[in-house]
Order: sequence, then C-alpha cells, then structure tokens
Amino acid sequence: MPHKILIADDEPNIVVSLEFLMKQEGFDVRVAPDGDEALAQMADFAPDLVLLDVMLPRRNGFEVCQEIRAHPEWREAKIVMLTAKGRDIEMQKGLALGADAYITKPFSTKELTARVRKLLGERA
Amino acid sequence: MLILLLGYVYFRLAGEAYALVSIGLISFAAVAQFAPAMLGGIFWKSGSRRGALAGLAAGFGVWIYTLLLPALARSDWLPRSFLEDGPFGIELLRPLALFGLAGLDQITHAMIWSMMANAGAYVAVSLFDTQSADEHRQASLFVDVFRRDGGGARLWRGTASVPDLHAVLARFLGAEAADALFARYARARGRTWPDRALEADADLVHAVEMQLASAIGASSARIMVAAVAKEEALTIDEVRELLDEASQVVAYSHQLEQKSRELEQATRELQAANERLTELDRMKDDFISTVTHELRTPLTSIRAFAEILLDRPDLDVGERQRFLGIITRETERLTRMINQVLDLAKLESGKAEWTLSEVDVRALIDDAVASTSQLFKEKGIALEARIAPDLPPVAADRDRIMQVLLNLLSNAAKFCDRPDARVRIAARIADGHLRIDVADNGPGISARDRETIFEKFRQVGDTLTAKPQGTGLGLPISRQIIEHFGGHIWVESAPGRGSTFSFTLPLQPPRAGQDQPALAAA
Repeated sequence: MPHKILIADDEPNIVVSLEFLMKQEGFDVRVAPDGDEALAQMADFAPDLVLLDVMLPRRNGFEVCQEIRAHPEWREAKIVMLTAKGRDIEMQKGLALGADAYITKPFSTKELTARVRKLLGERA
Repeated sequence: MLILLLGYVYFRLAGEAYALVSIGLISFAAVAQFAPAMLGGIFWKSGSRRGALAGLAAGFGVWIYTLLLPALARSDWLPRSFLEDGPFGIELLRPLALFGLAGLDQITHAMIWSMMANAGAYVAVSLFDTQSADEHRQASLFVDVFRRDGGGARLWRGTASVPDLHAVLARFLGAEAADALFARYARARGRTWPDRALEADADLVHAVEMQLASAIGASSARIMVAAVAKEEALTIDEVRELLDEASQVVAYSHQLEQKSRELEQATRELQAANERLTELDRMKDDFISTVTHELRTPLTSIRAFAEILLDRPDLDVGERQRFLGIITRETERLTRMINQVLDLAKLESGKAEWTLSEVDVRALIDDAVASTSQLFKEKGIALEARIAPDLPPVAADRDRIMQVLLNLLSNAAKFCDRPDARVRIAARIADGHLRIDVADNGPGISARDRETIFEKFRQVGDTLTAKPQGTGLGLPISRQIIEHFGGHIWVESAPGRGSTFSFTLPLQPPRAGQDQPALAAA
C-alpha cells in the first residue's frame, strides 16, 4: 500500500508540480488549497506526510502544523514545511512547532523527493 | 588706660600731701569702674547689657562705700566709729579694711574690692542672663574684629552658624557640593564634618560666599550669606548692584527656559522622526520580505517544471506542452512582478521619467477599452463607456494614465465574476477636474480592505480567501501616478453592492513646467 501524501498549497502551478513529482514516486496524493481544508483532509485522508506551505489562506501553515501536532491520532504524520520566505526565524519557528523538515522555495525536485522518501522510508 | 596708670604713678610720686591729687585718684577709681564692661564688650562675646549694668552698679557701690563714705566720715558728716568699728560695729565691713584686708593704702584697697565686685557682677549676671538677638549681633560684631588671622582672609564683620551656611549653600549648589566644602573646611581645622561644634569664621563665610557667587552672582551671594549671617546693613549701592545682578539673572533664566523649551521641542521632533524612520524601516523590511516571497513563488514553479522536463526526456507531448506553458506564464508573471516593483520604486523615489503631453481623454478611454475588450469578452462581462461630450484635453503622461485605466479595468474584470457582471467606465468634468469612474457590480470591498487596498501587496481578502491573481502593486502604482499629476484616487464600495474606483485630474496641472523638472524636461 503506497504512502499517502497531502499537498497543502495555494499556488496552483506549484501544486501541479508537487502532485506530478509525488505521483511519479508512486505515492497516493491529495491536495488542500487552504489551511482549513488541510485539517479536514488530515481527518479524512490520514496522510503519512504533509507538504505544508506556510502562507496558506484561512489558516497559515504554522497554525496547521500546531493543530496536527496537538492531535494525538496524527502524531505519526510527517510534516515538511515549504516556504518562499527564506528567513532563518521562519525555519526555526517551523521546526519548533514540530515540523520534521523545512524546505525553502524554490526547491530542488531531487532534494525534495529524496527528503520525502527518507522521512517515510526510515519509518517503514 | 595708659593715662590712668600715669596718673596713678604721678600720685605715688607726689605723695599724699595734696588733696587735689587725692580727689583725682578717687575720680580715677570711679572712672576705672567702666573698664570691666568695656574690656568685656571687646573680648567677651557673652557679655550682656544687664551684666554690664550690674557690674557698674556693684563697682560704684563698693567705690562709694570704700572711698566716698570714709571721706564723709573724716569730715564728720558720718560718725567716726563707722571707720574704726565698721557699720553697726561689724569689723569685717570696715570701709578701709573690707573683709579684714588691711595694710594697703586706701585707693588700692578700694580699687581691689570695687574691681572684684564690678567684674564679678558683670560676669555672673552676663552668664545667668540670656542675650537678646540685638546684643548677640552687637557682641559678634565687636568680638570677631580680632579674629582676623592672616592668610589673606577677607574682613568680615559678622558671624554665622555653620548649619545655616551649610543650608544656604546646599540650597543653591546641592547637598553634595555643600558637604564637600564643609568637609574641606573642617579638615583644615583638624575636625571632621559634620560637626555641630564647628564654628563659622570669616574664612568659611568667605568660601561659602565665593561658591555661591559662582552660581548666583556676587551680589546675590552676599545677600544670601548676609541673610544667615549677622552683618551690617547693605548700602544703597550694594542694593542697586544686587538689583542689576538679579535682573541679569532673571533675563538669563528666561533665556535658559527658552533654550530648554527649544531642546524639549527638538527632542520631541527627533523622537517622532525616529519613530517614523523605525516604521519606514519596518515597512521596508516587510516590503522586501513580501517581494522576496512574491518573486520566489513563480520561480519555484519554473524551477520545478524545468527540472521535471530535464529529468524526464520521455515525458509525453501533451504533458510536456502543459508544463512548458506553465513555465512561460510563470516567467511572464515574474517579469511583470519585477517591472512593477522597479516601477513603484522609481515612482516612490521620484526618479520616474514623465512625458507630458496634451491627452485627449476620449481617445485614451477608447484605447483602454479596446485593449481590454478581449479580457472582458472571455469572462462574459459587459463593458460600457460613458464619456461626456466636449471633454477638454488634460496635460499628463498619456502612457501613465493609460496604465492606471488598464489597471482599474483589469481589476474590475478580475474580481467581477457573476453571470450578469457589468463594468462601466465614465468620464466627466466635476469641480474643475476631469473625473473618471470605473464601476463594477462585483462582490464589493469591506471597509477594512478599503483602507489598505492602495497599499503595497494588500489585495482584497488576502490570507482569508483564495489568493487573487496579480501582484498587489497595481493600485499603489496607480495612486502614485494620479497623485503625481495633482489628482486623487479612491474607492467607494460596500460588500455585495459592487465597487467604484474613481480618480480626478486637474484640468490645469498646478505649476506645470515651472518647478517640476521632470515635466519641464518633457
């Protein structure tokens, strides 16, 4: 059974690229265009890993990350935060909130897939 | 004194034979009664008026008893037995051998006893009596005359209490400076400060006055010291000098107050400027952070798809075309973003170049409508233009005004997505200005958004709804352009009731071609 990946991002073209990359890796992929939808999918889809953009509408990535970490059933889910804001403080904030990895945009597709695989593969 | 002594020597040499001499000596003894009070007055600060009177009375009493009464007795005015047996037969009180003191001549005997009585009464009464303030002042003035002990100390005709001097110095110079001066003074006299028993002499008073003079001026210092010291009254010249100095001090104080107010004002202005700069700095930081984000977003798509295409040469043609299309569009978006950021930076810094010409408003609006007609057609939005006849030309930069019109029209097209969507552009003259309105029947804008919509990167619904397309720089750029030509741009709207973006341009641009170098150069 393939790993389940949730892509939470509001940039349509970035979502297309992420979706393509994750599907190429053989993962089961779903998309959430905003923070609220991302949390709904957490309950619904129960992904193994979330690619979480920080600048999400309605509920930003930090809030979503916090919610996921506060939820006992979702504790196993890996969180990879994505942001176009390259400040160190953002990265520290994300990691402090319980993200497993923090990747700045633009990212290397190879690095991203390797990172995702590693996070999932180590556990598997 | 010398004269009196010479008189006595003369009497001793001339012998007792001369009655005249005898009378003189008796008078000398009487006059000598003034001596204790006078000497006491000069050397002894505690002597009082009542003490002096008591001394004189006692001295004269003894003088009468030992010299005058015996003379009367010898002349038989009194009984002889008064001399031989004493009054009422008491031998101890014999006038010529009082309390058994015999063997001296009459004058010496009288002098000894009268002086003892005089000085004794003077000292005793003075000691048990308290001086009046007046007497104390007088005593001080006389006694301290002899306290001038070298060292170039200034003659000072008064005396003061150390605590009073300390208090007055502390009031003007602060307790610390006062303590320092008094400690120095005490050390110089082998004492430690504070010392209640320390006495104020001319040196200390002088030092205090000098210190005060450095702070409040010489005359003021003198009057302050005089207020606590007992000194002679000021002369009219001193008073005049003091008034001059006081008025100078008042003027100086006014200047200081003025300076102080100016400084406070300057401080407030600097604080405000600092706050403004901090705010500007924060805004710049925010701006850069936002620009970075906005530039990285299309770049992310471009890089991701470029890598996908590079890594997978066997991708099917449909997908390849789709990804290349995304790359192209994101590149355009990136270019647009960079251009707008640079454009806005130029406008904000005043470095934009303007090409001034007579702009035909009707032709301009027709062009704008033509340029956007495809966009409106695609979205199924009805576009209507209502241009008043005989609009005069306005002096402006045609391309820049076109930029504003296109921005407003494309915004209307972008946000207006309902089946019966309608956009109307109108131009007319109002209050001596050209006024152009772009009205839509779209979702409208909340009051909160209306306040920020003309700021950089502030799009309607940002962070709460799905991200709208565009850079968030169109309206800030439009505002810069319209305000450059002395116009005004604003929006009227209510949620659910459409929005109307309006701007005005003056028909006669203010000071055109005079002190606006960019316009003059055009």
